[in-house]
Amino acid sequence: MKERLSEELLAMRVVKDLQPGDYCNLGLGTPQLCASYMPESVKVHTENGAIGYGPLLSCANPEMVDPDLMDAGGKYFSPAPGMSLFDILTSFAIIRSGRLTTILGGLQVSVKGDLAIHTLSEADEYPQIGGAMDLAWGAKRVLITMSHNTKRGAPKILKELSLPVSARGCVDTIFTDLAVIKVTPQGLLLQEYAPGWTISEIQALTGAPLSVADNVREIEF
Amino acid sequence: MESKIYTPAEAMADIQDGAHIAAHIWGLAGTPLYLLRALIERGVKDLTLYCSTFLPTSLKLTEMGFSSPVDLLPQLQKLVSPFVGSRAFGNFGGDFLDQRVRNGELEIEATTHGVLASRLHAGATSLGGFYSPIGTGTIIERGKEKRIIDGQEYLLEKPIRPDVGLIKADRADRLGNLVYRGTGRGINPLIAMASRLTIVEVFEIVEVGELDPETVITPGIYVDRIVKIPEADINSKKQRRETVRRLFKENQNSEGKN
Repeated sequence: MKERLSEELLAMRVVKDLQPGDYCNLGLGTPQLCASYMPESVKVHTENGAIGYGPLLSCANPEMVDPDLMDAGGKYFSPAPGMSLFDILTSFAIIRSGRLTTILGGLQVSVKGDLAIHTLSEADEYPQIGGAMDLAWGAKRVLITMSHNTKRGAPKILKELSLPVSARGCVDTIFTDLAVIKVTPQGLLLQEYAPGWTISEIQALTGAPLSVADNVREIEF
Repeated sequence: MESKIYTPAEAMADIQDGAHIAAHIWGLAGTPLYLLRALIERGVKDLTLYCSTFLPTSLKLTEMGFSSPVDLLPQLQKLVSPFVGSRAFGNFGGDFLDQRVRNGELEIEATTHGVLASRLHAGATSLGGFYSPIGTGTIIERGKEKRIIDGQEYLLEKPIRPDVGLIKADRADRLGNLVYRGTGRGINPLIAMASRLTIVEVFEIVEVGELDPETVITPGIYVDRIVKIPEADINSKKQRRETVRRLFKENQNSEGKN
């Protein structure tokens, strides 16, 4: 079996896509790992009302924990120079302003950039939308991190979503454990592939046709 | 002027069955757990609850004496929240929520954090509703009027005017002017503005003139009742901080998954 990228490598690759001066929101799951690789020139936003906070705290320094400095995922963070704090109306005005780059986990992405991030099809599932619909709708760019396939091997990049849609036509680029794929008006463009994998192998694991960028290359970290 | 300072029981005394209640619930920061405990003790039924998240407080924290918002579950008729935990309802058993929903005892309405904040703001500013672009073509458009304005699709969202808002702030003066701290601000200022009756829990009540007016986020005109958390309570500033730090040392960096 060939190796797929670890979540850490995936996080490192996504962060490379950010520009100095970017403001960025990190969703739950792999996107949260991006925080560890974030350059100082990128400011992180959290839905519950802060921008530009410092690193998450580790068990080594419990005396620094402040119960009033918590991110949207319930993690305690350190304050940092330049941090700002605000209420949730302001936070979601920021989210919908087109100023944030949003990194979200995904369950499925379609050729048109439609995103499924919630499972809601079962009668016994409850809404766990959180801020994801707002984040996907209003961002400057939506970057999706996800495994290329489900645990059972089914493709998560599809012609049409089979799960309920969370936001239509919102995805800019998909970062999977096999490839970097840009969503364009002409369809999906394979830009980078994981070390050791061929383009035809990746196409076979994808549920929609990929065109290949002229400068397609191996993913670097 | 009548005092706005109440005990928790006094503050809850006139809340009736069927009341619509809004509360910031998001981890420990800004969540009025001291007031939620009093609401649970008051025992009113058939409530509609608007809240940011609906998740249990972690088991370790409840063992230390913190209340858990999900303990309100038997008292609810309707829940409106962007984020409802489904499986982690410790005290009730895994399928408690499922059973209540299936039996029609509890209605759950999906929304998003941004839409909830805008709906409270619409309530606060007496709007009849507003057209929102979020969630078109998704499950949250169910039952809502759809309208195209300048080529963009929108959903009609209705304002929220809760009967009672339960909020938390860092400090209040005797007039009810409020200062928040960190991410504890959250949706609390919006709940204060939208609610017909606003009850706040604070760590400290100071004399009039002691708060810098430039730092007041919620003006006292919105605050009807102020409840001070006693120093001896686990929810007090000192005890809460020490408990969280002690548990943090033992566990990883998380107080409860949101």
